[in-house]
Amino acid sequence: MKPQPTHIFEKDISNCGLTGFVSKKGKRVEGAVIIKSISLMHDRGNGLGGGFGAYGIYPDYSEFYAFHLMYENAMAQQLTEEYLEANFFIEQQEDIPTRHTKAIANPPVFKRYFAAPLETDEYREAIEYQGLTVEDLIVRHVMAINHEIDGAFVVSSGKNMGAFKGVGFPEDIAEFFRLEEYSGHIWTAHNRFPTNTPGWWGGAHPFTLLDWSIVHNGEISSYGINKRYLEMYGYLCTMLTDTEVVAYMLDLLIRKHGLSPDLACTALAPPFWSLIDQLPDNERELYTAIRQVYGSALLNGPFAILFASNKGLIGLNDRVKLRPLVCAEYEDFVYMASEESAIREICPNPSRIWSPRGGEPVIAMVEGTA
Amino acid sequence: MKIDAQGMYYRDLNLKIREAVAAGTETIELNNVNGQYFIGDGINKPVTITINGVPGNDLGAFMNGATIIVRENAQDNIGNTMNAGKVVIHGHAGDVLGYGMRGGRIHIRKDVGYRVGIHMKSYQDNKPVLIAGGKAGDFFGEYMAGGVLILLGMFTDDPSKAKHGYLFGTGMHGGVIYVRGGVDESRLAKEVGVFDLDDSDRKDLEGYVKEYCRDLKLDADEVFKERFVKIVPRSKRPYGNMYCPMPK
Repeated sequence: MKPQPTHIFEKDISNCGLTGFVSKKGKRVEGAVIIKSISLMHDRGNGLGGGFGAYGIYPDYSEFYAFHLMYENAMAQQLTEEYLEANFFIEQQEDIPTRHTKAIANPPVFKRYFAAPLETDEYREAIEYQGLTVEDLIVRHVMAINHEIDGAFVVSSGKNMGAFKGVGFPEDIAEFFRLEEYSGHIWTAHNRFPTNTPGWWGGAHPFTLLDWSIVHNGEISSYGINKRYLEMYGYLCTMLTDTEVVAYMLDLLIRKHGLSPDLACTALAPPFWSLIDQLPDNERELYTAIRQVYGSALLNGPFAILFASNKGLIGLNDRVKLRPLVCAEYEDFVYMASEESAIREICPNPSRIWSPRGGEPVIAMVEGTA
Repeated sequence: MKIDAQGMYYRDLNLKIREAVAAGTETIELNNVNGQYFIGDGINKPVTITINGVPGNDLGAFMNGATIIVRENAQDNIGNTMNAGKVVIHGHAGDVLGYGMRGGRIHIRKDVGYRVGIHMKSYQDNKPVLIAGGKAGDFFGEYMAGGVLILLGMFTDDPSKAKHGYLFGTGMHGGVIYVRGGVDESRLAKEVGVFDLDDSDRKDLEGYVKEYCRDLKLDADEVFKERFVKIVPRSKRPYGNMYCPMPK
């Protein structure tokens, strides 16, 4: 196990930019569209981080977990591949196609593996005797690789989706990863302006686990509390940036504890007690219970986040709206971005355009997935 | 003079605008604007800039005497520390409008976001006025020190939404807010109180609203069909004793 400091109080205060959209009918859209939207907000970042989350991009391998791996050295790759081969049947493995560009200097190595878990002794033990699910095992493997193999990082680990991220402006990262060659029904993008954490490849957004991915503008000042709470459930924070806790928190609340996306958002950004006191009995009891049970899941500090999975796209602001978030609808598409102009760049005449209230999630699910 | 801003970087666009202003151009029309920041910032001549498209953040900051007309929606941080002049928005606008504004007018037809009129101030004849025709988010008039905020609640894209948000007037210690059709007192900050208008208020309000209606081609009589209330701070120093009680 590599040595880790116990607490890293490093945060991400910023003017980051984010944008994303979903086709509720599952229509696939080429990467050029999201690139156009995030590029409009070029000046919200400073070239130290750009990234994309893309869903529906691997239809030929949709039954396999698509592991995007980043390697800082050859040993990391060798150890990770040995680890994967011991635990997975690998249907296909390949370099993630990249392009030589001027803007991207000394990138790490990127590979992807389409894999299904092998029925090892550990697998049988976990599934048959410990009451775990296949997804729990995937989470365990992701944590093991990130935590125990020096220089190896799982960039994404969901089915039929992938994250593409690194150091550079988002349009540079898109060019590097040849993003225009992919098509997906949900896209998110992030332009990073890191101030307190290193602008490193793993620290770019989105942060992911299984098919959850998060892009975030703001600063999570409750990072320490959230991180220690997650550690109790086996989630290990290894990416040196606050946003990571949001991805793991939503996995815990929605997948493990069975909260609806709406209630999970309430746990992250609950109403103030003064407001709860004014609500009718049933609502007051619900919100009181959520705050009592999930006090350590509350995100303090300013944030706007976009949170995606194969099932849909969710936008959420902190309770007092200290970061911008604008949403729009057109036909079966729902758009969410830091600036209205980033939406209008790719959807000139939305049928509805609005700013959600602080703490009020905007939930856009893909039809037939709920 | 017309400028096609299609795909133009904000610095190039603003350079062209400043060059045109310096050359004595009095009216500038910007077409295909989308997201360019800082339009009209610091301009201190009485030019008129008409914007077709959605301008980016920090529109009209530090502006001193120019007029900006936006035929579409606008984004965040309009009129930051604006000194004089006017911004007219025909659609909705975002958060933190009129931040520290100390003169001039901001007229918005539809909804506005959070923290509108934050720390507006006035001094002698310099009295800023910001009018929003739609609904407003939380922290309306936050830390307001002077000037006039007016909320009509009439022209909105979301009829189901409340007219104004929570924490209305938080930290307000100067200036005045007029709201058409009353306020939800449960959403007011403890620093402010609700009062009826007196004759002097009515005279001022009529002048402001008529100018607003002229700019946006609205019917002022319709606006005055509902009663207005006045929100003013209860104290000029709401936090005077917060950290260190002052000697009497």
